[in-house]
Amino acid sequence: MSGLSTTNYLTPSGREEAWRFTPLARLAGLLNADVALEQVASFALSAPQPGVTLESKESEPYSQTTDSATIRARSAVTHAQYLTIAANAEVNDPIVITRTGLSGSAPQATRLQIHVGANAHAKLLIENTGEAIVAEEIEFKLEQGASLHFISIQEWAPKAVQLARHHAIIGKDATFTSTVVTIGGSLVRILPTVEYSGQGSFADLSGVYFATDGQHLEHRIHVDHNIPNAKSRVNYKGALAGDKARTVWIGDVYIRAEAEGTDTYELNRNLLLSDGARADSVPNLEIETGEIVGAGHASTTGRFDDEQLFYLESRGIPAEIARRLVIRGFFSEIVSLIKIEEVEERIMVRIDSELDKVGK
Amino acid sequence: MSTLEIKNLQVSVATEEGFKEILKGVDLTLKSGETHAIMGPNGSGKSTLAYSIAGHPKYTITGGSVTLDGADVLEMTVDERARAGLFLAMQYPVEVPGVSVTNFLRTAATAIRGEAPKVRTWVGEVKEAMSALSMDPAFAERSVNEGFSGGEKKRHEILQLELLKPKFAILDETDSGLDVDALKIVSEGVNRVKGNSDLGIMLITHYTRILRYIKPDFVHVFAAGRIVEEGGPELADKLEENGYAEYVTN
Repeated sequence: MSGLSTTNYLTPSGREEAWRFTPLARLAGLLNADVALEQVASFALSAPQPGVTLESKESEPYSQTTDSATIRARSAVTHAQYLTIAANAEVNDPIVITRTGLSGSAPQATRLQIHVGANAHAKLLIENTGEAIVAEEIEFKLEQGASLHFISIQEWAPKAVQLARHHAIIGKDATFTSTVVTIGGSLVRILPTVEYSGQGSFADLSGVYFATDGQHLEHRIHVDHNIPNAKSRVNYKGALAGDKARTVWIGDVYIRAEAEGTDTYELNRNLLLSDGARADSVPNLEIETGEIVGAGHASTTGRFDDEQLFYLESRGIPAEIARRLVIRGFFSEIVSLIKIEEVEERIMVRIDSELDKVGK
Repeated sequence: MSTLEIKNLQVSVATEEGFKEILKGVDLTLKSGETHAIMGPNGSGKSTLAYSIAGHPKYTITGGSVTLDGADVLEMTVDERARAGLFLAMQYPVEVPGVSVTNFLRTAATAIRGEAPKVRTWVGEVKEAMSALSMDPAFAERSVNEGFSGGEKKRHEILQLELLKPKFAILDETDSGLDVDALKIVSEGVNRVKGNSDLGIMLITHYTRILRYIKPDFVHVFAAGRIVEEGGPELADKLEENGYAEYVTN
């Protein structure tokens, strides 16, 4: 940072590539250099589980970042929360984390680090609900042979503002699966980012978002293929309905010169359910070596597929029910990856009620 | 006894060069229990006839009428036509991601029958119909038509025919892309439905191959947007031998 004005660096003007889509005026002070962020330990383990511990301690970040919100959060938080999943642990029930201490009345900052020991296997669910104005970082370190399925559900109250970075460092033969579901909140900007520390590793990133009237939901994926023979898959789907509903999806995949044997594919689909909504979708593949298994991307943004509706209607299904089936199907493709039945059901019910509200 | 009556049907489709007339006055009457083969070369308008009757929004009716037992089919929405007793087995069934076959079939059956089928009997009914079509039970949990092979898609169409029990079924090139075994299974499915009901069938095909398995009562030759010759099953034999050359004027 030396040589740069700290204030300018941490307070985007909106011209920066990383911030050009984000309505900065709605950040409620999260990036205002004159406003101090309040440190909060906001992650609460809902039930104790063998092999799983959560503590607060001074802990250096695992990774580097240029994200202004994360830098602000790091400088505000002296004591991060630290979740340990012991080596060789087989955690059968999902580890459920809920939020605590978020007020929604002043900008806050919080950090969580998650260490998944060698050959440990677990599923971790973070449920984000209630009011919040928060800049936060969750870092994951997966040791050799570990696997973690991380599920982050944003069911925030309507005024919530969240700037979050989810960064995973994936060890040799380890698998990091993430499923991000963003429905609630006024402004949610999440950076699911990945780097690798050992070969044979796999990042499987999926997500679904549904923006209605006035919501801004932004997901900026960054996969850094910084070592050979790692794999990544990205599949995000979003729907928009109502006036000024806004979504942004950025999919940056970077294959470095040394990352021979990389296998990557990313996909983003957006479904526009009404006029006045806007979806930006920007896949971006940067390749510095040709010695790879495969690299590809696809992005679509469109309205209903009339052929799908015709097919369903030609079987006697009334138009409104056919539309609902198609929308539910669109979401359920990702939601069904969660594999926690009651959570899947709750999300689909929430999506149904959002659809009822927008009259679709 | 039901009657599907098509009178002087004229249909256009919007193209980049403006409206193009595809059907130039089609007359055809189907009665319950009858099987009519509609045969003709590619581009003659056979599929347009099928999709126009089903109500696909791409086609604009410019003249004529379609009635089912006197009721004006062309005034009905797509789903109303299905509920009135019309079924279209498509040449290219559409993929609907995230909607399971089970959910789809149950929703369709509920719409067609006017009430949700009883869970206990329904599960058995679906299983039996699937097994009769040599379909793997795992199919039920897959998304509608997604990743299905050509043969699987056609079996899935006939499965719906079995479960939805329409008055009239239009089979649009159901034989295309099927190997011998799949063609047999699909044809047997159609014959089974016909044997168990009073189904009237409009069998649209380019080739005579499927007519070895599904015997038509009437054969209509379709060319340049209208029916140009009609006869009994013997007309198919003639087509087998001579092709469509005599009906196509260039």
